[in-house]
Amino acid sequence: MRAIVTVAGHDRVGIIAEVCSLLASLNVNILDINQTVMQEFFTMTMLVDTSAASGSFERIKKALADKGEAMALSIRIQQEDIFNAMYRI
Amino acid sequence: MISHSDIIRTLEMIDHQHLDIRTITMGISLRDCADPDVRRCAEKIYDKITRCADKLVETGCQIENELGIPIVHKRISVTPAALVAEACQTEDYVPIARAMDDAAKACGVNFIGGFSALVHKGCTVGDRRLIGSIPEALAVTERVCSSVNVATTRAGINMDAVAQMGRVIKRTAELTAESGGLGCAKLVVFSNAVEDNPFMAGAFHGVGEPECVINVGVSGPGVVYHALKGVRGASFDVVAETVKKTAFQITRMGELVAQEASRRLGVPFGVVDLSLAPTPAKGDSVARILEEMGLETCGTHGTTAALALLNDAVKKGGVMASSHVGGLSGAFIPVSEDEGMIEAAAGGTLCLDKLEAMTCVCSVGLDMIAVPGDTPAETISAIIADEAAIGMVNNKTTAVRVIPVPGKTVGDNVEFGGLLGSAPVMPLHPESSAAFIARGGRIPAPLHSLRN
Repeated sequence: MRAIVTVAGHDRVGIIAEVCSLLASLNVNILDINQTVMQEFFTMTMLVDTSAASGSFERIKKALADKGEAMALSIRIQQEDIFNAMYRI
Repeated sequence: MISHSDIIRTLEMIDHQHLDIRTITMGISLRDCADPDVRRCAEKIYDKITRCADKLVETGCQIENELGIPIVHKRISVTPAALVAEACQTEDYVPIARAMDDAAKACGVNFIGGFSALVHKGCTVGDRRLIGSIPEALAVTERVCSSVNVATTRAGINMDAVAQMGRVIKRTAELTAESGGLGCAKLVVFSNAVEDNPFMAGAFHGVGEPECVINVGVSGPGVVYHALKGVRGASFDVVAETVKKTAFQITRMGELVAQEASRRLGVPFGVVDLSLAPTPAKGDSVARILEEMGLETCGTHGTTAALALLNDAVKKGGVMASSHVGGLSGAFIPVSEDEGMIEAAAGGTLCLDKLEAMTCVCSVGLDMIAVPGDTPAETISAIIADEAAIGMVNNKTTAVRVIPVPGKTVGDNVEFGGLLGSAPVMPLHPESSAAFIARGGRIPAPLHSLRN
């Protein structure tokens, strides 16, 4: 299943490294990454594949949310379908 | 991959503009639950609802979790109870309402619609008994919603039923006086009721519907409001296009959720109802959209035109986004459930007569309006007759959901709580309509009902 991971919050060193390490530990494959920093506000969107993941979607979601809390960032994961529905005809 | 900015924009809509799926409503036929023994009938109803909707809430929560879009309500609508209960050898249909209420609680849904009767041309024995049972049914249950259809474009207006519904609304308010007449917030009187509406309190599972079906109601006044803020001062052509594009995106999401729910539950997909349904939360108001178009306060001159544009553009934008559009589809104007309407009504700009004009172009009718507790039943009936006439002549659904709040008068405020919000008690014309309502009979269908 393809999903979008969104990370947003105050910029600092190592955000991408930490999020990517977590995804690797969950065996979630990253297909594409987009990232910007505007006025010290960091946002990153990643397209990932969870089909070979070591846990359920629920577990990945919780692990990302917990990581977000620990890093004072908002990290969430949603199925790609919702964005395709809104922006692709 | 979807562009970074589109993803961020969607998250902003969800986080800050109240974008959500308002309801997944499962329609269930109860036609096979009829039984001469009312207790047995109630048991069959409970068993069937709990069997069909067993996984409804769980599935709704799963979809919400995976897509990351809030699905605010999971609800149930059933066959109009008058049709099911008609075979019961009893005058009292309250046990049927109790069975619906118990089933709703067991399934974890917050409302169940369908304690209803369709009497636009006249009442059968079952219709009469059901209408007689409404006040007590709404007083002793928590989650049951009731509706009565008193008029259609094809049949005209059943003025006997209109007269009776005025009395039923008064009695319902009296029996639920402790909660501000809350029972009336769960009772809708319709003209041209639709069979696949997923929104409460007027949802029921029509007789032309399949055994079980999934209908989805989308929402999104906040998203439309924010989109219009971006085109401030532009012409109405631009306003209409902006609303259409936004409605398209919102409805696509509704379609996705509907198809997904249908697949996971193994129940056919019915319709997406593309309505702008406000909530009392700040930034989730239809009134504020109308004001964003350039009106100082909702209810002032120009409001009807603004609402007409909005209602039409929502439909045009949404209709291509879904394989089946139905229900009420348009803009709702429930006073107590809309922060901007509450303020406009409390300030006196939005009056009942203006609301009535707005119902000619909105998707439903006079909705969630608190009126003085000493309002005569005949005056409420006359309000219903006016709305029914607007619906009948204009080939549209109209409805009345008014609450004559016991012990309260103009200037008071009544708190219903939660999504039902709060409302200022609005003034009505004091002049009597009693002799008009006392006539009874039927107002004939208009000439354009003869379309064959």
